[in-house]
Amino acid sequence: MSVDTTGLTAYRCRELLAGGEVSASELTRAYLDRVAAVDEAVGSFLLVDEAGALAAAAAVDAKPLAERLPWEGVPIGLKDIFCVTDMETTCASRILKGYVPPFDATVVAKLRAAGLIFLGKLNMDEFAMGSSTENSAFAITRNPWDLERVPGGSSGGSAACVAAGEAPWALGTDTGGSIRQPASLCGVVGLKPTYGAVSRYGVVAFASSLDQVGPLTRDVKDAAALLDLVAGRDPRDSTTIGLSEPAGRPERTDLEGLRFGVIKEFGGDAFDAGVSDVFASAVDGVAALGGVCEEVSLPSVERGIAAYYLIAPSEASANLARFDGVRYGHRVAASDDLYEMYVRTRSEGFGPEVKRRIMIGTYALSAGYYDAYYAQAQRTRTLIIKDFEQAFARYDFLISPTSPTPAFKIGERIDDPLTMYLSDLCTIPVNLAALPGISIPAGFAAGLPVGLQIIGPHFSERRMLEAAHALEQRLQVDTVPPLAEVTR
Amino acid sequence: MSANSGSASSHGASRPDGWEAVIGLEIHVQLSTRTKMFCGCEVSFGDPPNTRVCPVCLGHPGVLPVTNEKAIEYATRIALALDCRIAERTIFHRKNYFYPDLPKGYQISQYDLPLGIGGHLDVEMEDGETVRVGITRVHLEEDAGKLVHAGGTTGRIDGADYSLVDFNRGGTPLVEIVSEPDISTPDQARAFLNQLRILVQHLGVSDVNMEEGSLRCDANVSIRRPGDPFGTKTELKNMNSFRFLHRGLEAEIERQVESLDSGERVVQETVHFDPATGMVSSLRSKEEAHDYRYFPEPDLPPVELDAAYVERVRSALPELPPARRARIIEQYGLPAKDAALLADNRPLGDYFEAVTASTGDARTAANWVLGDLSAYLNAAGVPATECPVSAEALAEMLGLVRDGTLSGKMAKEVFEAMASTGKGARTVVDEKGMGQISDAGELEAIVARIVEANPGPAEEFRQGRDRVLGFFVGQVMKETKGQANPQVVNELLREHLSDSGG
Repeated sequence: MSVDTTGLTAYRCRELLAGGEVSASELTRAYLDRVAAVDEAVGSFLLVDEAGALAAAAAVDAKPLAERLPWEGVPIGLKDIFCVTDMETTCASRILKGYVPPFDATVVAKLRAAGLIFLGKLNMDEFAMGSSTENSAFAITRNPWDLERVPGGSSGGSAACVAAGEAPWALGTDTGGSIRQPASLCGVVGLKPTYGAVSRYGVVAFASSLDQVGPLTRDVKDAAALLDLVAGRDPRDSTTIGLSEPAGRPERTDLEGLRFGVIKEFGGDAFDAGVSDVFASAVDGVAALGGVCEEVSLPSVERGIAAYYLIAPSEASANLARFDGVRYGHRVAASDDLYEMYVRTRSEGFGPEVKRRIMIGTYALSAGYYDAYYAQAQRTRTLIIKDFEQAFARYDFLISPTSPTPAFKIGERIDDPLTMYLSDLCTIPVNLAALPGISIPAGFAAGLPVGLQIIGPHFSERRMLEAAHALEQRLQVDTVPPLAEVTR
Repeated sequence: MSANSGSASSHGASRPDGWEAVIGLEIHVQLSTRTKMFCGCEVSFGDPPNTRVCPVCLGHPGVLPVTNEKAIEYATRIALALDCRIAERTIFHRKNYFYPDLPKGYQISQYDLPLGIGGHLDVEMEDGETVRVGITRVHLEEDAGKLVHAGGTTGRIDGADYSLVDFNRGGTPLVEIVSEPDISTPDQARAFLNQLRILVQHLGVSDVNMEEGSLRCDANVSIRRPGDPFGTKTELKNMNSFRFLHRGLEAEIERQVESLDSGERVVQETVHFDPATGMVSSLRSKEEAHDYRYFPEPDLPPVELDAAYVERVRSALPELPPARRARIIEQYGLPAKDAALLADNRPLGDYFEAVTASTGDARTAANWVLGDLSAYLNAAGVPATECPVSAEALAEMLGLVRDGTLSGKMAKEVFEAMASTGKGARTVVDEKGMGQISDAGELEAIVARIVEANPGPAEEFRQGRDRVLGFFVGQVMKETKGQANPQVVNELLREHLSDSGG
């Protein structure tokens, strides 16, 4: 049978496979066909592994249904930040062009063991630095809701491919909003787990104390399922703890007895009016389900962007030092000495935003500046953590718009980094405080998706997903863009 | 690096020219853990290049370090043996710099919260003086890989046609020990390093072999007039033997003295000792214009070393050389020099104590262990633990000496045979038919016959010419092919010679 992949969730894929209504090969073929049909316009993928995906699907089909694992045969897309054995992994950077990892990231190994089919690698901002995916060295990804606009970033390819029905779900990473913000802009669900819930081993590092792996999906149930597939303590990542309990399958439909703090600092004039309207009706929805909503002030979160743009670049300046042309990746064709080889390799290999952040980070860590910048940013981070702690003493969850604006035009902010950085105003403090956060579709502003962010205490993923599911059921937002009309 | 100001020269030896050297050492000890500091690769020496590597120690994208707990334990042992305070909470830092042997572009090291601080080592000099050298800090880090520069004349990276990197060594656990500038002569520096080597060897945490690079030493050197504040220091590198450390320091001190005496200044820089010329030379300034931009390693949680852990490590420490020296003197009544030789070489000391435990005769055991056994071990180049003659076997042989089966001279021969064949003492004696004749009955007949056959000399003896006894002993030995117990022969001869006259 032929499958319409638009609007198809991973749970639905699983049901189709389990019921024998469709084979893994047919399902994979359907997604590959969808990619072939729309990706020239959308540009989600950097690499489509058609042969590998079909071979893996055929292997699944060779197994009797009764012997298969629950998610065996369900396709998935992977942000190009995950190391996959024998699959080129570039992080959307010229400096890693041609790099083929000899190992799987832990999350990739888990998905492989669970029998998922890897469709390919998804576009992103180079080294996950950006909020529009325009910083990719290789491709522009377009928002499936409006091809003139960005999908958000840095996991823009992941969000766009799910929205466009090119994969039922995708894996991304979130350092300052890189899952939630593109999910918001593309009208899908994006979850950033608590720092330490999911292994970072084999995930090309941007800012080690902030990076976290998470799902981008069509609905909350899928997000919970993909989280459970990848979460867990990893002996290869000393910063992992794993979830305190599995997220399971959220079923809750009310919010009775739950207290929601509406973050005062994440609203007002800086926010798009359409976004504020959507957010206001979502807050009404929370109340309608029995939740109590109150405004709460977290004064320090306004300093989140400043702290983030010192801590993240500082860590990045060290994390990206390994890309030196010595062992793998790009190396300048000829050079007279070692120093010149380093300088030219890195000058050619990195794009402007990456260079900017390496320079900011190098500066912030330099002798004489460390205390004023890096150490000061860490003190600010502590204040933000304390603000959240105090808020969670009174509220079960905090809510805000995910992003101050809906998707903006391609090219609109690329020459204005500070405006671009504001895209992550509401998401960055969550990373700084190592908290879990989820963006769910809340409505539309002038035809563009708007997301709502729910933030929970550390390791509250299960409860947070239950609440997100209840609200999702109430809001009933359409997640299928009218993309078919503009494809060839 | 100095925490305790310029008061270090209570024992400071000022030179005849009126200058006094101020020396602090930075020592790197490669730990003999089974695996590397932050990954599961085996620590090895001499394997083919790049065969002990994995994505982690090659710095592939996305890999993460995992701390080797054994390395933490070994470093704690070293810090405790140097009387350091152990940090309850110690963290790793990233030390950032670019070099092809450093795969991540940073070295995981420690910075402001090292594992151990504030210890000391008492160094006994040959003249009997003891110099206390403060230990500023003991910290853990990972080793870099090894570069091989091909072509060019300097053997260094500049001017080389190309360079190859071997990452086998990359990621090996290193303990860095930084001393206070309490050392004032090359002799003291050498003695300190030797004492430290012996100490670490005792702890069983490193091979501490300078030639193989498991013990490395850099020095911070300055000179001043006694009582003056510290002068400008230089960092002296590339002294990969005890001799080179001594020579390098001498050369660098001389260079600084010449500079200052001729009105020039000492520039703070890194200088390199060239063993071939015995000269020190300045490294290019580009290589040392480093701002390492240390910051806490976000991939590793802090290491908590609570009091119970530290106590556990402390109680498992072996007896250390100073304590052992004192005990050997006290318990076995050996002279101080012998006690030092035995205490400073842990396998040899253990061997000695095992032999003594079997024979009950410490003096004889010490003579053998420090004499024939040491000579053999030195010649064979093996430690006592690998000696083909076990302590039990040597004790058995010494038993044969005690009961008169073997003479001292025969024992040496038996020992050599035991060492070369690995056989037991009794077996060697039996095979060689070397048993000494101590049976008085058996010897008596021979003695009687010889005395009777030589009436002349017998008469001379009776006249009081004692020396003639030697002639008779010789005759008996000739008759018994040297196997007669000389003591028994002596007694029998005296008996018979006086008898026959009576």
